[in-house]
Amino acid sequence: MSEVRTQPQEAEIWAWLDEVPDPEIPAISLVDLGIIRDVKWAGDVLEVTVTPTYSGCPATSVINFDIEKALRDHGIEQITLKRQLSPPWTTDWLSEKGRAKLEAYGIAPPTDAKGPEKCPHCGGTHLERISQFGSTPCKAQWRCKDCLEPFDYFKCI
Amino acid sequence: MSADLFEFLCRMGDNCLILGHRVSEWCGHAPVLEEDIALANTALDLIGQTQLWLGLAGEVEGKGRSADDLAFLRDAWDFRNVLLVELPNGDFGQTLMRQFLFDAWQELMLSALTQSSEPRVAEIAQKAVKEVAYHVERSGDTVIGLGDGSAESHARMQAALDLLYPYVGELFESDAVDQAMVKAGIAPDPESLRAAYDAKLAQVMGEATLTLPDDRFAHKGGRTGRMHTEHLGHILTEMQWLQRAYPGASW
Ligand SMILES: [Zn+2]
Repeated sequence: MSEVRTQPQEAEIWAWLDEVPDPEIPAISLVDLGIIRDVKWAGDVLEVTVTPTYSGCPATSVINFDIEKALRDHGIEQITLKRQLSPPWTTDWLSEKGRAKLEAYGIAPPTDAKGPEKCPHCGGTHLERISQFGSTPCKAQWRCKDCLEPFDYFKCI
Repeated sequence: MSADLFEFLCRMGDNCLILGHRVSEWCGHAPVLEEDIALANTALDLIGQTQLWLGLAGEVEGKGRSADDLAFLRDAWDFRNVLLVELPNGDFGQTLMRQFLFDAWQELMLSALTQSSEPRVAEIAQKAVKEVAYHVERSGDTVIGLGDGSAESHARMQAALDLLYPYVGELFESDAVDQAMVKAGIAPDPESLRAAYDAKLAQVMGEATLTLPDDRFAHKGGRTGRMHTEHLGHILTEMQWLQRAYPGASW
C-alpha cells in the first residue's frame, strides 16, 4: 500500500500553486489567472493540467517551468504537466481576488462589455481605446480622459 | 482518410505559419508603436495556431514528425498554404488588406470547424476562433479607416484590394481532400462559406468606400501544392535557414 505514504493533499497543492506568480503579470498567481484546470494524483505521480491563455502565448513554457519548480521546492518529485485545449481558456476563470489585484496593479480587469469599466488609476469613466492589442497577447491599450493616463485593459476572451 | 486529414491539417497550419511569418516581418517597422505591437501580437497568435495544427498533422501522419519538423524541414512543394498569404507585405495598407481578406475567411472556417466530428480539430478551432475574432475586428476597422481616409490612403487601399482580390478565390476552392473532409463531417465545403464571406466583404468595403472588383478570376495552386509563387521559396530561405545550417539546433 504505497498510497498511505504522506502525499500532500490536493487542496494544499492548490495553495502552493496560488503562490506562483504569472510571469507576465506577477501581481496575480497562476491560480488567479485560471489556467490551472486540475491537480490530481495518479499513483505516485502528480498530474497538473494547464490550459494556455492564447495559443501563441510565449509565457507558456516559462509557466510550465515555474509550476514544476514550485512543486519540486515543496518536495514533489514526480510531476506530469498536461496541456488541455478544451474548453478554451476564458477570462471568466479569473478569480475575484485576481481581478482586484489586477486593478490595484494598474490593469483594468475584463468586463463583459467591450471595454474597461473605469480607469484603474483614478476611477474615471471617460475612456478611449488606443489599440486592441497591448504589451502581452491578453491586454489592450486604453487611455483615461479624466487623468490622461494610459493603462492596460485585460481583454475579455 | 488519415492521408486526407493530414493534407487538410497542413493546409490550415501552413496558412497560419506563412502569414504569421509574413506579418512578423513588420516587427520594429510599423508606422506607429501601437500598430507594431498589434502586428506582432497577431503574428504570435498565428504561430501559436500553427503549432496546434501542424502538431496534430504530425500526430495524424504517424511518422513521428513534430510541428517544428513540418515547419522547418519541408521544401516549397510540400507547403499547402494559399497563395494570398505568401505574397509580399507591400505597404502597411496592403498588409492590413491581406490580413482582413484572410481573417474574414478564417473566422468563418474556424466557426464551422468548432462543430467538427473530429474532436481534436474542434478543440483547436474553439481556441483559435476567439483570437481570430480580435484579428478580424482590427483588420476590418483598419481597412475602413484607411479606405475612408485621405485621398492617398484611399488610393493605396483600392490598389491593394485590386491586387489581392484575385487571390481570394483560392480560399473557396474544393477538391478531393475537401470532399473527403465533408463526407467525414470534419470540415465544411469551402464553397459553402463564400456567401457569408461575400456579405462581410460587401459590408466592410462599402464602409471603406472601396470598390470590389467584378472579376472573379482566381490565382491558385498553393493549397494543392501544384504551384506556389516565387515568393514562398524566399520566405523559407529565411525561416528555415537555422535548421538547415545547424540541423537539430534547439534553445
Ligand atoms: Zn484616470
